[in-house]
Amino acid sequence: MINDTVLSLNKLSKRFGTVVANESVTIDLKRGEILSLLGENGAGKTTLMNMLFGHYMPDSGSIQVADAEGNLAPLSLGHPQAALNAGIGMVHQHFTLAENLSAIDNILLGSENLFAWRRSMDTARDKVKDIMQRTGLNAPLDTIVGKLSVGERQRVEILKALYRDARILVLDEPTAVLTPQEADTLFANIDVMAKDGLSVIFISHKLREVLAFSHRIAVLRHGKKVGEIATKDADEKIISRLMVGADTPTSPRETLSVGAPVLELIDLSVTGISARSSLEQINLTVYASEIVGLAGISGNGQSTLAQVISGLTSPTSGRLEIDNQPVQKYTPASLLKAGVGRIPEDRHHDGIIGAMSVAENLAIESLDSSDIQKNGFLRHQKLKLNAQHLSQKYDIRGPGIEAETRLLSGGNIQKLILARVFEASPRLILANQPTRGLDVGAASEVGKRLLQARQRGAAVLLISEDLDELLALADRIIIMHNGELHVAPGRDRAQIGLIMAGEVS
Amino acid sequence: MEILDILLSENFWAAALRIATPLIFGVLGALICEKSGVLNLGIEGIFAAGAMAGWMAVWLGADLWGGLFFAALTGAFFGLIHAILTVPLGLSQHVSGLGITMFATSVSYFTYRTALPQVSTPPRIEPFQPLDIPILSDIPFLGTVLFKQTAMTWLALFLVVLVWWVYNRTPLGQALRAVGDNPDAVDAQGLSVYGLRMGAIVAGSACMALGGAFLTMSAFDAFFFGMVNGRGWICIALVIFASWRPGKALLGALLFGAFDAFQVRLQTEVGAFVPSQVFLMAPYILSIIALVIVARRAEYPRALLTPWFKGQR
Repeated sequence: MINDTVLSLNKLSKRFGTVVANESVTIDLKRGEILSLLGENGAGKTTLMNMLFGHYMPDSGSIQVADAEGNLAPLSLGHPQAALNAGIGMVHQHFTLAENLSAIDNILLGSENLFAWRRSMDTARDKVKDIMQRTGLNAPLDTIVGKLSVGERQRVEILKALYRDARILVLDEPTAVLTPQEADTLFANIDVMAKDGLSVIFISHKLREVLAFSHRIAVLRHGKKVGEIATKDADEKIISRLMVGADTPTSPRETLSVGAPVLELIDLSVTGISARSSLEQINLTVYASEIVGLAGISGNGQSTLAQVISGLTSPTSGRLEIDNQPVQKYTPASLLKAGVGRIPEDRHHDGIIGAMSVAENLAIESLDSSDIQKNGFLRHQKLKLNAQHLSQKYDIRGPGIEAETRLLSGGNIQKLILARVFEASPRLILANQPTRGLDVGAASEVGKRLLQARQRGAAVLLISEDLDELLALADRIIIMHNGELHVAPGRDRAQIGLIMAGEVS
Repeated sequence: MEILDILLSENFWAAALRIATPLIFGVLGALICEKSGVLNLGIEGIFAAGAMAGWMAVWLGADLWGGLFFAALTGAFFGLIHAILTVPLGLSQHVSGLGITMFATSVSYFTYRTALPQVSTPPRIEPFQPLDIPILSDIPFLGTVLFKQTAMTWLALFLVVLVWWVYNRTPLGQALRAVGDNPDAVDAQGLSVYGLRMGAIVAGSACMALGGAFLTMSAFDAFFFGMVNGRGWICIALVIFASWRPGKALLGALLFGAFDAFQVRLQTEVGAFVPSQVFLMAPYILSIIALVIVARRAEYPRALLTPWFKGQR
């Protein structure tokens, strides 16, 4: 008898130490169905899928998967090979591709007899080509993966799963790295595959695409399944309430008239080691009391621009002025002194020193001040008072101000950085992906603080890949593509998306 | 012109190839380890252990090929220790490797002294003899350079081809390359990261030990303290020079062999004016210069030195 259900997760639970990642989650998936798994960061979506794929061993619960005939059988847990054999394919958020191998070699990796003396790839190649034709997932097969674009890499990842005859495909935040257009193509491809009988689980936190492309939505919060709803009965309000547990607060924004120019980039060029890290004749002015949003797909020069403004890279030509004063020396110290506050992209790596205490990290950019040191010695009492005050004001939670900073959660580390930056009352705030990886609460805190700074008269350059965030916060949007700046024609997503993809200039 | 005479002589190139042979084994061994993502600084000690084990086995009555097998086995044993420490346990590859070097060197010396407590001149064995291949060794130039080497040089050259074939033509080679670039890719395809890496370290270490065995079983006929003399470290540099490619590894080893053979000959020519230390130094300095020029473009295995743990991403 053919069973319509192809996968059933049964009361899966997983703890990491004292942290509950998943608690008794039960989900069924039907043949040809596209199921969205929705939840905030840290809600347990990825953990759940990693248990399905055998990367993690669940503490309790079971998984049943249909075989080729459609009969459900229990899956041996904790073995990726068992999951592969059962027809489960997973496309991770961070691609699991060897960049030094060609696309076809990545697809075949692990499917051949390891100890064969030579490889016969003709049948394999035919099969891959056949899949590409059926699904529309095209990628150059003989190119080294390191040279492929992000979209192509993702297609190789999916081809990898399909080549192994996956009947269930799990996509972990597939659109995080794509332009809106690429994402649309991807979903069109997925739709074709689903009609062909493939079952798809796709993990996301973007409500829009979930509503547009899935058949059913399951919502996770704090590791538990809090709701399941057919997409046709859902709308953004219902789902976001399920995700967060309450309506998300939106920050009020007032109309302000902009002030004098604070940051001016004049014909700024950087010749980086690769095209991805080069800037081409950048001209940009950010005025006081305004937030300028810089959109673009990552790897188009945003990081390099942020590095120049932080003083980590010197421009090859052109100049940078702050308050009409040209920057002479591109060092972090001189730009800090000129009034640049920096919220770095990789907060764990560039934003804090993990092994130092919260109090020390809060003071680290103001070591010159006599509040912090006297004659070259740190004033510990002041340091402590300062930290106590700021922890309270910015709601930094953790094991205490004397604890190592690396023990703090991502959201609290970001609050620490916000406290450090905003207390210095900078003229210009460079916020590079400030809400990446944060939950809704912490992200709205960041937005609130940026709007406050704007109110105070600071200039803000907000770099983000999240278009929704930019549309909510920025007064003006500019787009970076291939190291060049383009002015957004308006607030139309589709238009901005096309420019991000480099199709309109 | 004396220098030109040196460069054109058959004996010079024959010596270069002879000097390069242990380095070929060593650099291939280091390449196999590092391509899987694990640095093996145990190489210097594994050379000593291989030299000792191979020679000792023959001295105790094994035939030459049996001695080689035993040397490889000894290298594999020390490689296995390094593999366990660095792969599933994920310890520092530098610390573990240096520890292996000290351990393997000391164990070799200790074994030698225990077996031969009172001997001042070490006993000799009958080493590998140059293979006189009829006809071919009568070819003018090439005959002397190529066809008067011992079987071990031929083994080294064969290994270069074998390693190249495995990495470029077999599924195993693809997997080994992938595991040094992105272990998650290998894990996601159901292959064992631990298995591939540990296998590579064991095989690479066995190969290194053959380089050591060449010293006692082909270049000389006895075991001396300190006879490895930094050859292992040279291989660690050469593998960067080779950008982790077997063909270039051969080239790098030959280049170093040529430098070394050249300095010996130059010393006899102009030794009266220049202190001998300068000549001894020359190959190393030239290696550093070559490294500086080439290494900037070297393609490092991306996952080199990064431990990988199952279930952690």
